[in-house]
Amino acid sequence: MNITLTVNGRSVTADVEPQTLLLDFLRDGLGLTGAKRSCEVQVCGTCTVLVDGGPVSSCTYLAHEADGREVLTVEGFAQLPEFELFEEAFNRHAALQCGYCTPGFLLTIKSLKDAGQLGSEDEIRHGLDGNICRCTGYRAILEAARDIAGVSS
Amino acid sequence: MTEARPAEVGRSRPRKDAWEKLRGQAMYVGDMEVPGMLIGKVLRSQVPHGRIVSIDAAQAAAMKGVVAVLTGEDLRDLDHPYFGHAIKDRPVIAIDRVRFHGEPVVAVAAEDEATADAALRTIVVEYEELPVLDTIEKATADDAPPLHSGPVVPGLFHGLGNIGERDGNVAYRYLLQDGDVAQAAGGADIVVEAEYAFPAVYQYAMETHTTIADYRPGEITLLANCQHPYLTQAEIADVFGLPIGAVRIIVPYLGGGFGSKSYTKMEPLAVALSRKAGRPVRVANRVDESMVTSRRHGMKAWMRTTARADGTLLTREARFWLDTGAYADNGPRVTATAADSAPGPYRWQAVDVDANCVYCNTAPSGSYRAFGATHLQWIGESQIDEVARRAGVDAVELRRRSLVVKGEPVRPDGTGKPLDADLIGDVTEVSRAIGWDEPRRRWRGRGVSVGLLAAGAHPVSRASVRMTVDGSVEVNVGTTEMGQGARTVMAQIAAEELGTSSDVVRVQGADTRFTPYDRSTGASRSTTIAGKAVQNAAANVAARLRETAGEAWDVPAEMVELHDGRAVLGGESMSFTDVIAKRFGFRGGEIIEGGEVRPTGGQTGSYAEGPAFWEVCVAGAEVEVDPETGVVEILRTATVADVGKAINPQLVERQDEGASMQGLGNAMFEEMVWADGLLTNDNLLEYRVPRVQDLPGEMTTIVVENADGPGPYGAKGCGEGALAALPAAIVNALADAGVRMHELPLTPERVWRQIQLDQNQTTTEEQG
Repeated sequence: MNITLTVNGRSVTADVEPQTLLLDFLRDGLGLTGAKRSCEVQVCGTCTVLVDGGPVSSCTYLAHEADGREVLTVEGFAQLPEFELFEEAFNRHAALQCGYCTPGFLLTIKSLKDAGQLGSEDEIRHGLDGNICRCTGYRAILEAARDIAGVSS
Repeated sequence: MTEARPAEVGRSRPRKDAWEKLRGQAMYVGDMEVPGMLIGKVLRSQVPHGRIVSIDAAQAAAMKGVVAVLTGEDLRDLDHPYFGHAIKDRPVIAIDRVRFHGEPVVAVAAEDEATADAALRTIVVEYEELPVLDTIEKATADDAPPLHSGPVVPGLFHGLGNIGERDGNVAYRYLLQDGDVAQAAGGADIVVEAEYAFPAVYQYAMETHTTIADYRPGEITLLANCQHPYLTQAEIADVFGLPIGAVRIIVPYLGGGFGSKSYTKMEPLAVALSRKAGRPVRVANRVDESMVTSRRHGMKAWMRTTARADGTLLTREARFWLDTGAYADNGPRVTATAADSAPGPYRWQAVDVDANCVYCNTAPSGSYRAFGATHLQWIGESQIDEVARRAGVDAVELRRRSLVVKGEPVRPDGTGKPLDADLIGDVTEVSRAIGWDEPRRRWRGRGVSVGLLAAGAHPVSRASVRMTVDGSVEVNVGTTEMGQGARTVMAQIAAEELGTSSDVVRVQGADTRFTPYDRSTGASRSTTIAGKAVQNAAANVAARLRETAGEAWDVPAEMVELHDGRAVLGGESMSFTDVIAKRFGFRGGEIIEGGEVRPTGGQTGSYAEGPAFWEVCVAGAEVEVDPETGVVEILRTATVADVGKAINPQLVERQDEGASMQGLGNAMFEEMVWADGLLTNDNLLEYRVPRVQDLPGEMTTIVVENADGPGPYGAKGCGEGALAALPAAIVNALADAGVRMHELPLTPERVWRQIQLDQNQTTTEEQG
């Protein structure tokens, strides 16, 4: 089936199978490998991308569901001026290690911030509970998120 | 050194890999393709134990887009199509028999993933099912059939002297005995004795095992996410009958390791599939496949500790059985390390440890961060606390009296490296951090734990450092960057030695064809061992720079200093570019030097005695338990990174925070569950790992720097100790709150049952 969507600000038209996952479409079809595959059951958040600004687990979201929508991956986010704030915060706190979960966390934090849902410690913790990081123990990521949100711990 | 020198070491420099990783530009094997690459998929055994009667893969082989179908039959031309660095007992792909649910039986290489998946669904495998020995009890029963037969073939890297013979399903046995236990225990007033159980757990590196293999006659190239590329290189060469140099392994970033990608895993299968297909193949596990590729050993244990009435420790005895699954993997080493951890760092009159590594019809177990120590420390430390309670001595005070001090032997028989750390200082720090002396409340408790982990593995690393004419630096070192920050730390070490900024230092992953040899990335060894090789190589480059500048200025080399990227002599200075240009007479050339670490070789600090260093495993915890539900809340944790010298203090803290959360998961809820040999929770919905909401109320990471390590600037490794120590501290805190547990994880149901049992016993005693 033919779909037309916007990916990182550019219009893309493609012929996809009905069962093609958005994750595979992005990674294999468009070469955007920033979104990662891990749990495949919508638990870990490494495959998170934003669809119309909201976080989506692209491992369990069909490519054709994104037809007519705007998809933002970490590659696109990195081109936006606001990315600098995120990069500084993650660097300041060394909030990444192996880096496999990092794109998912960045996009989740961005969507929460845009939706005004990073206003308190509780909101931050609740909002990030759908992203797993096995390396950092989360504390540094929380600190980075607080900096991005302008919330003190 | 002059004040102007940019101090790289000891500064929390930003990660070298952050730019790529934050932008999604960092490449992992699963993100890579090579021309002509096929997709490999694996059909895995649905039975835990069986003889393969027949495999019908004709339909799959005939499918459009399928290039190769691999079974055990395709390995007949190999001398010994089995691998395993300890014991060569694991078939590249099942040969005649399967021994665990999930064992690879058939592999397909196809033009795309959908075709490969479709092909797998057409394959019919018929099994004759065999008795399922899925527990240690069943595997060690007197009438248990042996899961392996024939002579034991030792692997290339077991590092255990003599691996010994099998005894039934006991693959390996390790005894640690010193003194006469019966005699020494004769004078005991306190005897603590109990049985314990530790669950099988999954490392869950978020990136699964992934390999791209390209087999050509006489040459094999792999892109693989392996922690120990040089050991895997040698194993692949061994299995496929090639010289080591004919196997090339390139390692990009790893999406976590934690031991799951140590030694050899899926690489031989990928190579065999490429060999059959005649084209490169990528084999990427799903999570359920990686769960049965490597995991942490489950364990059954018995331990007895005796002491005098005043708490003076007398004897420790332990007997335990580790479930290594169908194949040994790193089981023998885990077993030996667990045995070494059993006495704990205390002075004993006699010790008797009997450790057994047992084959079962479960997925193979290997390394997982702080292996062995995690298994035993919570048990040994439970008993130390129990001795303290019965002697009426404060638990921290009893440790202060009984712990080995710096310079004293650690091993009961007095061999090996003496203690190179201040454990009493460390435990005092954590007890303070968790409010040890604050008033106690009902159902709330505090606990500490102390242990040591023999770290460093075999101390062999080489590195080279290369300075180009523009003064920029390449560090070539085989350490795998799997998140720990190795590339950043190596850059800082080289920059410090060269008097330049780590901003101009580049560090890449291993390519065994070009990168100098490094034994492995594990056992907390990279900073200490590989880092020392980098330091030595950089020092040799620095010597060349001084030499050339000295010649230019007509002074001895020793008078020249290096800082801010310049050679300096009093008020004069010269850029590194000018120094190199002078050396070669034009603006070109380079300086490249090697460095090495080996067990004997006149290093600063000793690598000759095993272990290279003792990694400190010290933690404290405060918990609260709800007696109505059994739910345990972690209020405070504290861990110590006793690192000698923190090359990058922030990265040290991050290591311990990550290890703490893994320790919390291991202690509180992680557990792989088999039923009749079938793994029932092979996904992240049913196998739960810690999330943000599981963070303790307060988490303190203490960095201790006594410059007492053998590594660069007195450094020694970290990042594992907290994982071994924290479960023990949590268990002791829960006991202090009133619930002494003998089985992990501390699920609410298990804790609630123990509370009911304790209350019923109290009631019975009152009635009696």
